[in-house]
Amino acid sequence: MRGMSRLEKTLIVMPAFNEQDSVGNVVREVLTQLPGVSVLVVDDGSTDATSRLAANAGALVATLPFNLGVGGAMRTGFRYAVQNGFDNVVQIDSDGQHDPSSVPALLQALDTADLVIGARFAGEGDYSVSGPRQWAMVVLASILSRAAQTTLTDTTSGFRASGPRAVALFARHYPAEYLGDTIEALVIATRAGCTVRQIPVSMRARAGGIPSHNPTKAAAYLARAVLALLFAFVRPSSTLRVATR
Amino acid sequence: MSTTSYILGIAVTLLALGVVIEMLRRRRLRERHALWWLVAGAMALVISVFPATLDWAADLVGVAIPTNLVFFVSIAILFLVCLQNSSEVTVLENKTRTLAENSALLELRIRQLEESRSATNSDTET
Repeated sequence: MRGMSRLEKTLIVMPAFNEQDSVGNVVREVLTQLPGVSVLVVDDGSTDATSRLAANAGALVATLPFNLGVGGAMRTGFRYAVQNGFDNVVQIDSDGQHDPSSVPALLQALDTADLVIGARFAGEGDYSVSGPRQWAMVVLASILSRAAQTTLTDTTSGFRASGPRAVALFARHYPAEYLGDTIEALVIATRAGCTVRQIPVSMRARAGGIPSHNPTKAAAYLARAVLALLFAFVRPSSTLRVATR
Repeated sequence: MSTTSYILGIAVTLLALGVVIEMLRRRRLRERHALWWLVAGAMALVISVFPATLDWAADLVGVAIPTNLVFFVSIAILFLVCLQNSSEVTVLENKTRTLAENSALLELRIRQLEESRSATNSDTET
């Protein structure tokens, strides 16, 4: 019963940019698997039928007038959660790679943390990345683990649950930069005193698209990530004050 | 320096200053953005009317070739203006981002209100 009421206080936020092929099915799957939950699809300036198909599938839809990136879409979701009294926000990608059956486990872990990351490499599932991109992720993980004082292996995972403190924080300070939405958000949370945890989740293969193994792209990715990380740490912390409930 | 180039220098400087002032007058340029252009224009005017001030200033800061001082100061001013513009763009981007989020949330709220209203209307009709 406790689990039920927790789902009713939870908002699933799905950023969607031109995802008309998958968004309807993902919304329906989330609503069937997680009864009582509210789903907000944030249409990030799509030029296709994403908004209409998401609404038909039973989701609330907020349509951004132009593309803001995942960070902008997520902050819209956090602000909706604050305005409408939701305690928790769970981010789920609208391409179907996140398995909604892992959501109760993420919410359970919010008992002991403000931000819970569903990690792809922590044992479950068959998701794997190799080559330079993996090294980049290992470097990021080791730096962020130290900052968050916990073991994090998958810092760029978008499958995460935020508790009330993190929701209030992110409604004001969710970064918009590329990679900021995953990496910088983690730094913002730890610097604002939120506890971060990760739990293993299984990840499905994306419906479309092939992961990149181009070393130049991996190097550029690492460089941008390190830069994002560096600035996240040196930003003045006075900008991160948040009311604690 | 010939009389022609002397007059040309003054004319171009006056033209540049005139454009800045006219844009300010027509509110096409806000004061805080125009400040650097006014400073640069004023300095250029002084130097074009009294070329000796350039030699004096170059000598004062120890620059051997006076024109190099012109290049140095010009590049420094352009750099500052450019940086100010980048910063303004960042501020504006943050504002448009917030506005876009607001408009999406308000639109959603209007849709919800309309739906609940049409629901209660049809209730009272039946």
